[in-house]
Amino acid sequence: MTPTIRVDIVSAEAEIFSGDATMVVATGELGELGITPRHAPLITRLKPGHVDVLLENGDRQQFYVSGGILEVQPQVVTVLADTAARAADLDEASAQRAMKEAQDALANRSDAIEIAEAQTKLTEAMAQLQALERLRKNLKH
Amino acid sequence: MASGREIKTKIKSTQNMRKVTRALEMVSAAKIRRAQDLMKASRPYARLMRKVIAHVAQASTEFSHPFLSEREQVARVGYIVVSTDRGLCGGLNSNMFRRLLPAIAEWQKQGVQVDVVAIGQKAISFFRRIKGVNLVGSVSHLGEKPKLEQLVGVIKVMMDAYTANALDRVFLAYSDFVNTMTQKPTIDALLPLPLVAAEMEAHQAAGESAYAGVKLEVGHDWDYLYEPDAQTVIEHVLGRYIESVVYQATLENLASEHAARMVAMKAASDNANKVIDTLTLTYNKARQAAITQEISEIVGGAAAV
Repeated sequence: MTPTIRVDIVSAEAEIFSGDATMVVATGELGELGITPRHAPLITRLKPGHVDVLLENGDRQQFYVSGGILEVQPQVVTVLADTAARAADLDEASAQRAMKEAQDALANRSDAIEIAEAQTKLTEAMAQLQALERLRKNLKH
Repeated sequence: MASGREIKTKIKSTQNMRKVTRALEMVSAAKIRRAQDLMKASRPYARLMRKVIAHVAQASTEFSHPFLSEREQVARVGYIVVSTDRGLCGGLNSNMFRRLLPAIAEWQKQGVQVDVVAIGQKAISFFRRIKGVNLVGSVSHLGEKPKLEQLVGVIKVMMDAYTANALDRVFLAYSDFVNTMTQKPTIDALLPLPLVAAEMEAHQAAGESAYAGVKLEVGHDWDYLYEPDAQTVIEHVLGRYIESVVYQATLENLASEHAARMVAMKAASDNANKVIDTLTLTYNKARQAAITQEISEIVGGAAAV
């Protein structure tokens, strides 16, 4: 029997593959990697590309990853795949956007918040009016 | 006693309200399933990520990342607050804010500044009103199927601040989905990771399912082969880890939102039913009284003739 290694491929949004394989081929940051059972512990970033899993019965399963992390333990290979293309400058841009959105919210520019706040104030005012009316009625009687 | 027509309009409007609450209840009941599926689908990633992190923490590296070392002086802390975009979900958000406020007040009493990034409209409008808290980043309208990319920005704001020593601790606040009836407001430590490790052990001791299967293999000294080098890889892994934790919390919060809304709307529909019943009874009584009065008037009139 050929020795096998356990392979788990997951992304943040779904489980992609889980099973035993005789070899895993992936594109690491420094080049192609072929991982067979009892490989030394290794951890690397993945480049966008295919992850090939060679199954025991000789079949080959291919998965596309747009990046991620590959961890190798002697008996287990774990692929933590990214779901979307990620790059430092893209991340930076979204961080900027998040900050800007907060500033916008603080600068009273967001209509949705305004409306929500106005609504709460309105209900408060209405409740106060009702209470006043009730008081007035009680005084009359 | 109110006149018949007045009561009838009240009944009509209550019935209309019941229609709305019932519809909302049913929509949430349908969405809850999908949100739970999303939550489940993202769990393997979080679990394996934790395993890798545990391995990394165990490996005897010469390199120490800021995320892994606790700072003694705490001058500024950050909170990532996950809330819903919309209301009508019972006390879900306010319960969480109520847990959060004392924690924030406690920091402020110690002279510690508090920075907040808000996920969800409710948290944004809440922290706008709170004085002494800096809202440094926000994102809202994630929709029914939040994507990790939508959260990358706010998370990066916090991680960058931590790396630049502008923040000394980062926490994550969200509503944990226990089951349809129960949602638990939760505040977890996010950075630095030693706090996380301690909490993980506590969770494990409590036998919580999400943390099961993360066992540390104790053995001889070993280290990874890092490609390209330890610093780059560890930074990358830790960054992804933080992201996955926040993403998971967002999904938990989404499921909690629908569950809370379903329960709240069910209660509202039940209340509307009760109101309608009472009003119908009053209406019938008023009608009966009017008829009786009419009869007695007629009889009285006939007797007088």
